[in-house]
Amino acid sequence: MTDWGGWLSPGEAQALWLSLKTGVAGTALSLPPGVAVAWALARGRFRGKFALDGLVHMPLVLPPVVTGYLLLILFGHKGPIGHFFETWLGFTLAFNWKGAALASAVMGFPLLVRAIRLAFETVDPRLEAAARTLGAGRMDVFTSITLPLVMPGIIAGTLLGFARALGEFGATITFVANIPGETQTLPIALYSALQVPDGEINALRFVGLSILLAVGALAASEYFARAQQRRIRGTT
Amino acid sequence: MSEAHLSVGIAQHVEGFSLDVAFEAGPGVTGIIGPSGAGKSMTLSAIAGLTRPERARIALGDEVFVDTARGIFMPPEQRRVGYVFQEARLFPHLSVAENLDYGAKRRGSAGAMTRAEVIDLLGIGALLDRRPHRLSGGEAQRVAIGRALLSAPRLLLMDEPLSSLDIRRRREIMPFLEALHRQLDLPILFISHNIDEIVRLADRVLVLHGGRIAASGEVAEVLNRLDVQSLILGADDNAADPATILEARVSRHDAAHYLTELDIGGASLAVPALTLAPGARVRLRLHARDIALATERPAALSIQNVIEAKIVEIKTAGPSQVDVELAVGAQLRLFARITNRAAEQLQLASGRPVWALVKSVALAGDLSDGARAT
Repeated sequence: MTDWGGWLSPGEAQALWLSLKTGVAGTALSLPPGVAVAWALARGRFRGKFALDGLVHMPLVLPPVVTGYLLLILFGHKGPIGHFFETWLGFTLAFNWKGAALASAVMGFPLLVRAIRLAFETVDPRLEAAARTLGAGRMDVFTSITLPLVMPGIIAGTLLGFARALGEFGATITFVANIPGETQTLPIALYSALQVPDGEINALRFVGLSILLAVGALAASEYFARAQQRRIRGTT
Repeated sequence: MSEAHLSVGIAQHVEGFSLDVAFEAGPGVTGIIGPSGAGKSMTLSAIAGLTRPERARIALGDEVFVDTARGIFMPPEQRRVGYVFQEARLFPHLSVAENLDYGAKRRGSAGAMTRAEVIDLLGIGALLDRRPHRLSGGEAQRVAIGRALLSAPRLLLMDEPLSSLDIRRRREIMPFLEALHRQLDLPILFISHNIDEIVRLADRVLVLHGGRIAASGEVAEVLNRLDVQSLILGADDNAADPATILEARVSRHDAAHYLTELDIGGASLAVPALTLAPGARVRLRLHARDIALATERPAALSIQNVIEAKIVEIKTAGPSQVDVELAVGAQLRLFARITNRAAEQLQLASGRPVWALVKSVALAGDLSDGARAT
């Protein structure tokens, strides 16, 4: 663990580090499928589009405990997917930080997809058609025209998903429990602190940390979105 | 480049509209004209491969773009078709230079004209570092034309590239298009609903109406047909007067009076001095409303363009007006729009010799006011 120079207690540093780690891992995990799903929802014409849309939004409307429990059923030791991972990939998700990352990925997914989908919808398909007449194939058009134009949306969506991941509580505690150093992220540590008599001071410190992190993420989101806008339109 | 010959046959039905066209186009500009909804853009987009017609055979030289009978469909990126759209469609996240190079980078070469030549021809050298949002409409359209030219096209499609621009911008781009026309040896399809643009740029013309080809051939020949004129101008043919497009030759300059004499085949017209050598060919457009008639050779009159003619036919053009069709020499046909009363008082009738007084001559395609004759 990094030495935080006594500025934070080892427990706090651990929770902060875990939060960042699960948040980053979870967001990174959900970004590629998020872009793909957002693209399919914005541009695709296929059967089951409505169902896919509903499924993606499910974590947003379900009680987080339900989502966490479903994850436990599916990805736990005995769950079909969890069992498969363990036997074939030697990879466990239940009750460790990877599971926490998965939980935060699932919970942040709808927000991430929404933002990116909106961005895809604003890209003029006529620009893509023009690019094809200029000799660019489908993939080439996607990477050279579409992706750069949706980049502000991707950045905004990613940071939104990340901020959501930092605050993840219900699904995480249900799926991977509350294990200090393993799954005890900032919100869970805050919750734990509140369970201890005279824990208010500690809790307040966690609150402060959470606020700092959230404001940081928001500011970064704004900064990157504006920089991208400037790059594309030359305006702020 | 004799192999650069485009052959098109398309049958397509979309939401109650059916397009059924077949035509050939060699090097040079083929103008496509017709009212909106005639299927002009649909035709171009099928040629470019942006849409897939139900039945079609489209080939450029020996390269088959589409042959639905044989299940061939070449994706647009392989067709090497330069497409200039109504709107510039520049990529907003790329600079002008990057936009220009987008196609060339993918095709491995710029095409018949080098990058420097294209930039010079279109006058966009000063814009290279700019972003598209900082261009005026005319500048953006010039960059779009340059981008299409630099994608090594073997065929150029232009879908009303001037329609989104105001008259000043049009005038700014027109010379570039004319220069382009002279420099490129490839088929260019140019859509417009503006007769002047077609007359100025096109070598041949295709008239589209309701998804069918209503007429095709030499520009003057096709556009002088009254049925074609009413198709293009719409059903409201009382308001629109017939116009005659004619090819003239510069016969001599009257330097003292700043006039140029044009030989229109059997008659001559004087127009304000042109910067063209004697023998040069120009296209003119004479509007019926700019021609008056006299039954005797007028002696004292400021209008000096007086042409001897014979009345062929008199047609009603609304409640108070008639269009008088005139024969000048053996081939030339002109129209004069005059009032009913004038026709009556002058006792005009078929076969009667008259003098046509040409009040003004529009130098074809000159989008400014017609060159006033004296």
